Amino acid sequence: MGEYMIDLKGVSKAFRKDQWVLDDIHLSILEKEFVTLLGPSGCGKTTTLRIIGGFEAATRGDVLFEGKSIRDLPPYERQINTVFQKYALFPHMNVFENIAFGLNIKRVPKEGIQKKVKDMLSLIDLKGFEKRRVHSLSGGQQQRVAIARALVNEPKVLLLDEPLGALDLQLRKEMQVELKKIQEQVGITFLYVTHDQEEALTMSDRVVVMNEGRIEQIGRPEDIYNEPKTPFVANFIGESNLFEGEMKQDNLVYFQGKRFQCVDKAFADTEKVFVVVRPEDVELTGKTNGIIEGEVLRTTFKGIHYEMMIKSLEDEKEWKVHSTERRTPGEVVGITVRPDLIHIMKRG
Amino acid sequence: MKSRMAYPYIVWLSMFIVLPLLLILYYGLTAVDGSFTLDNFQRFIDPIYLRVLWRSVELALLSTAICLVLGYPMAMIIAKTEIKRRNLMVLLFILPMWMNFLLRTYAWMTLLGRNGVINNILGWAGLPELNLLYNASAVVLGMVYNFLPFMVLPIYTVLSKMDQSYIEAAKDLGANNRKVFWKVIFPLSLPGVISGVTMVFMPAVSTFVIPRLLGGGQLMLIGNLVEQQFSYVGDWNFGSAISIVMMLFILISMALMTRFDKEQQGGVGLW
Repeated sequence: MGEYMIDLKGVSKAFRKDQWVLDDIHLSILEKEFVTLLGPSGCGKTTTLRIIGGFEAATRGDVLFEGKSIRDLPPYERQINTVFQKYALFPHMNVFENIAFGLNIKRVPKEGIQKKVKDMLSLIDLKGFEKRRVHSLSGGQQQRVAIARALVNEPKVLLLDEPLGALDLQLRKEMQVELKKIQEQVGITFLYVTHDQEEALTMSDRVVVMNEGRIEQIGRPEDIYNEPKTPFVANFIGESNLFEGEMKQDNLVYFQGKRFQCVDKAFADTEKVFVVVRPEDVELTGKTNGIIEGEVLRTTFKGIHYEMMIKSLEDEKEWKVHSTERRTPGEVVGITVRPDLIHIMKRG
Repeated sequence: MKSRMAYPYIVWLSMFIVLPLLLILYYGLTAVDGSFTLDNFQRFIDPIYLRVLWRSVELALLSTAICLVLGYPMAMIIAKTEIKRRNLMVLLFILPMWMNFLLRTYAWMTLLGRNGVINNILGWAGLPELNLLYNASAVVLGMVYNFLPFMVLPIYTVLSKMDQSYIEAAKDLGANNRKVFWKVIFPLSLPGVISGVTMVFMPAVSTFVIPRLLGGGQLMLIGNLVEQQFSYVGDWNFGSAISIVMMLFILISMALMTRFDKEQQGGVGLW
């Protein structure tokens, strides 16, 4: 394994004594990788980004950039650029001056600046906008100028702090595709922060799920979605039914008062576990053919499917079920789950 | 409904602002017998009076410049202090303003006078006595002392409201602290600077108390000239004419300043 682009080694951060907002973060990011830090607000994802950018100092631990510690480097000496949450475009400069800011500081000759800014404007599809005031631009355009202003400096890593948060849904989806395209074109590492799971799953090579200052799981979007390692991840990424259960033996788990076939081994007998079932993985059958019998409480039309809350007759627990078949409230149905769609994780 | 609420203010405005202005205009444009004339203005275009105007502008500009150089760093320091101590600093800063303006200026007379505190200390230390009072420097000192808060407060307001992410963005793009200041912080604080400059320059150019007390009548400024016409000479017509000239002068300089301000959009100003 070669050197990592960015390597966080046990980074911890406390703003006040013994109030840890980041707790022992280990994260290695490769060259040209698109990594997303995903988590609810207050989980420490932005703080992690700010530590890498140099705007906060880690209380403990070290930050390596291409194998060298950058812990004590000020932001202006790091080969890293940031796209800020609210863009932070300089209001007293026009589009050209904003993009050229970093190059001017580095005293790049005038012709070089002209050319580079022009290239950037065509990359972000804003040719001819040089003289425009930043406040006359739409949110999406400002967003792209902010990206250009960072990328023109040819950083090795681009940090993006919820860059699409202020855009409306339609524009956000377009920008997701755009961003991914730009990343592939310039071929540098993107470290992206968001609380939007869909955004994370769409764009990333790897997703880092964070909660309360810790990393819950690191993995490819598919793995994070299909094989959540903790109940938090299962709940945060997509929707899920979470039950407490017990392993009976290999490939057999007991929950909701019933035994279910599964594909998980290497647990101790009667080990306490969490069982996660995605709502779309629940199969509805006839009243008696299922493993569990339940009564439909509510049915909501969601567009591509119906969402139904089904109360188990066994122990009154509710299941959330997504299905294209509509079942009317009051109806009693059977529930089964395919063994490979039952996810088991350790409890306690 | 809304417009009816404005009536008291309209009455107030017309009684205490519009009417006096019209009166000044009337006096300025008439002779003692009430006939229309431009003689009052013609009289002002005399080297003696123009020199007075020029000296007033000169001293006011100097005081404004000193206030800016002293006030900007001060405003930055206050803006950078953590919130709790910041209010205390602002309070300390405006505390002297709670005292009467005249008293504060008299206080400087006791400090600077021939038998004042500073000369007493110098004499006690065996050093020669200094002529500190009744000269242009004393007047400038008085102006700076009295008007400095007007410079600090608007700049402080702009600086404390400035979005920190601009500063972070500049650092992120490779600017060290000096460059961050000159390329981002200072240009974005210009509305505050312009407010400050106007708020110091205007009273400084028209003051008559400070040159009277600290200049000791040695230094005739335009404010003194106006006061003299009204209080001692009794020539209201000429006094009004000088006032009009001064108002026009301030109006023009303010218009120039705001124009400059508009070119530099963004930030928060007081005007």
